[in-house]
Amino acid sequence: MSAPVIAEQRHHFLLRLAHWSQALAILVMVGSGWRIYNQEPIFPFRFPVELTLGGGIKQTLSRSNDPGVANAIAWHFAGMWLLLAGFLLFVLYGVLSGHFRRAYFPVGPKSVLRDFIAAATFRLPHTLGVYNAVQRALYIGVLAAVLMMFVSGLAIWKPVQLAWITFLLGGFQGARIVHFMFMAAIVGFVIVHVALVAIVPKTLQSMVLGRATARAHAPAGE
Amino acid sequence: MLDLPRRHLLRGGLSLGGLTFLTGCDISDTDAVQRALAAVSRWNDRVQAALFSGTRLAPTFDERLAVKDFRYNAWYPAEKAPRLDADTYRLRLGGLIADKRPWMVRDLHALPQESQVTRHVCVEGWNMIGKWSGTPLRVFLERVGADTSARYVGYECADGYYEGMDMATALHPQTIMAFSQSDAAIKQKHGFPFKLRIPTKLGFKNAKWVTTIFVTNTQPRGFWPDRGYNWFSGI
Repeated sequence: MSAPVIAEQRHHFLLRLAHWSQALAILVMVGSGWRIYNQEPIFPFRFPVELTLGGGIKQTLSRSNDPGVANAIAWHFAGMWLLLAGFLLFVLYGVLSGHFRRAYFPVGPKSVLRDFIAAATFRLPHTLGVYNAVQRALYIGVLAAVLMMFVSGLAIWKPVQLAWITFLLGGFQGARIVHFMFMAAIVGFVIVHVALVAIVPKTLQSMVLGRATARAHAPAGE
Repeated sequence: MLDLPRRHLLRGGLSLGGLTFLTGCDISDTDAVQRALAAVSRWNDRVQAALFSGTRLAPTFDERLAVKDFRYNAWYPAEKAPRLDADTYRLRLGGLIADKRPWMVRDLHALPQESQVTRHVCVEGWNMIGKWSGTPLRVFLERVGADTSARYVGYECADGYYEGMDMATALHPQTIMAFSQSDAAIKQKHGFPFKLRIPTKLGFKNAKWVTTIFVTNTQPRGFWPDRGYNWFSGI
């Protein structure tokens, strides 16, 4: 006889679809965005070209006299639709199903600080299906960051038609810097997120298959 | 620390990243991907045409912000830029235009002119504010009897460059044939005798050394759009 199930995590199909759409889109957006950035860096560094998306530089130079920037932009302005679709589906599902209310709230600075200290000193237990305060804050934060990528992206894409957004972000260059900063925040989130999934692989199982359980003799995580 | 399934997971995660990034070259360079991206780009043309307003003006700036030593940009160095002679230059007209007689520089200069201090935005990510003066393209198109109910205006340049824009943009009040920049005749390297200054489009649509203007219902090709950039490229 197997041990009793002590915890369970379920993810609705729509939520999983929205999650993986955004995951793929973020990979495309970051990879192509780094290639675009490299053409006109804001800061005194460029991203390694092997980590960028936009085709082989030699191929595109010979084909079109362009170091893959056209290609990267084409990826970027295709990926944005996938990101938008995934983001809208995620937010709509999260709000309408009550998932956000149940899983992300309540959350506040006190509980985030408490759980952050506990996690940093390896004293934070992981219960499958329950997000601790740091996770809640991060999930809310990354959704806000994606939203800001749309806002700052629109400011860069349409500085005339949507000039008021560009103005609010401090002008064209200001919008580029905001776009970069929220990209960095999202990349930071992805690194932490993937590292934690590697530590608690059951969360990957539930995000792929829809359900994962933890049993009494084999607690998830440590 | 890591047990076997976790190792598999890590390796799987790495190779997923590898598929997307490290072999990104291969993915991007396949014909199927190129076709799919081109199809989305055409969809984006339509979205941008819908977002475009024929009356919304590009932001204008104080004259003191206009850069005088403007950045030169082309796929070849400035020394190789075309040198057009004001006496022999002719602007040729084609397509759906009633009066196709070629124009000389002094006749162009006799047209009414306006000034603007606007931001030039390059597809590469840089931007620069400049001051340009010249004749609204709309005034010129009406003067030569162009069919402004047609869909596009195309143009060709002395260096073999070619571009085009939608008629709504061609008729926009800030789309001008810029004969001067920073209150002096436009420099040779910046497009003498004129460049099309279109503050609602990315820089590469703002063609220099224009030698032909034509009106058409067939979407004109563009030098950079032929190389994978978005055709509409409105901002």
